[in-house]
Amino acid sequence: MERNLAFVAVFTALIAVLTLMPAVAMPFGVPITLQTFGIMLAGVVLGPWLGALSALLYVALGLIGLPIFSGGNGGLGALMGPTAGFLLSYPLAALVTGAIMQNLKGAVGLSAFVSSVLGGILVVYAIGVPGLSLNTGMAFDKALVAMAVFIPGDLLKAALAAFVAQGLAKARPTALLSRQ
Amino acid sequence: MLSLTSPVQTPWHRLPAGGKLLALLGFSLFLFQIDAIWAMGLALIATSALYLAGGWPFIKSGLRMLRPLAPFIVIVLAWHFWIEEPAKGGLIALRLLTAVAAANLVTMTTRLSDIIAAIEAVLRPFKRFGLNPKIIALAVALVIRFIPVMGERIGQLRESWRARSAKRINHQLILPATLAALDDAEQVAEALRARGGAA
Repeated sequence: MERNLAFVAVFTALIAVLTLMPAVAMPFGVPITLQTFGIMLAGVVLGPWLGALSALLYVALGLIGLPIFSGGNGGLGALMGPTAGFLLSYPLAALVTGAIMQNLKGAVGLSAFVSSVLGGILVVYAIGVPGLSLNTGMAFDKALVAMAVFIPGDLLKAALAAFVAQGLAKARPTALLSRQ
Repeated sequence: MLSLTSPVQTPWHRLPAGGKLLALLGFSLFLFQIDAIWAMGLALIATSALYLAGGWPFIKSGLRMLRPLAPFIVIVLAWHFWIEEPAKGGLIALRLLTAVAAANLVTMTTRLSDIIAAIEAVLRPFKRFGLNPKIIALAVALVIRFIPVMGERIGQLRESWRARSAKRINHQLILPATLAALDDAEQVAEALRARGGAA
């Protein structure tokens, strides 16, 4: 119980810190942050339920006003903004990532990559792009094309999640809750 | 850990958190019913007027919180101009601005602890399904404490990287940062258990 609580809290904080770390700025001023990498890692390390809780706590704390969304933003405004769908997808994204990670029996690195791509990219875009389209009035297919520029970066993040998961499996095997 | 609550006192600070959140919900739903651009403009003017109560410093921090919207507003306007529906683009851009500005106003005038209390009140009926509000409050407190600790830890790792290597800091820093975070979590779990557990 205490261990689960501490792990969830620490991963929520990790997602926040990763989001706030200076990252590459893209054209149009839309920043690439390690936010979704944090979501992927939460699912991969904590497994589906704790991973989802951690992502849910992150989104909830940001929405009630902690400045932990990208660019040090926060507050309920994010819910009406263009990226609302992406934020709201995170708990489910972590859940899916964790569930796949738990059920794949292969090597840690490869399993982590596959589950991060399916949970941390596919689920995020499946909810985020309709949200972008809804809040900005942009047609769905055009919104999807606009977001496609981020996919290479997201694949790199999935690879990074795999790299970290593999390292953790070696250094702290008992901390990889998804594989206990 | 800084919060986004404004230190400038306004009359809105004194309103109850639950009431403000409900009003915001109603206002946001109402905005999606408006489809005349002049009405949306009025809504934006009304929302902006509420900011005046806080004076110039308050307005300035309100504007700073709206800045991340700028690229999206540009894209929305350009897109609707291109499909030859500029009026619709103007409506959506105004709605985006108004809705976010109204929500930010609630964020800026409500203390974090008051919002947490309002959420606890909403969650109370779920207690019978095994949801413990005390655990949630503890988790929130832990996160708020962990964020600066972890920021510092990453700062230390960066410094020791620079001390050891001429190479630029790259993704390999993430693994030790995660390891440190997990070790912190284990220690906090130990400490909680030693103090009689979380529940």
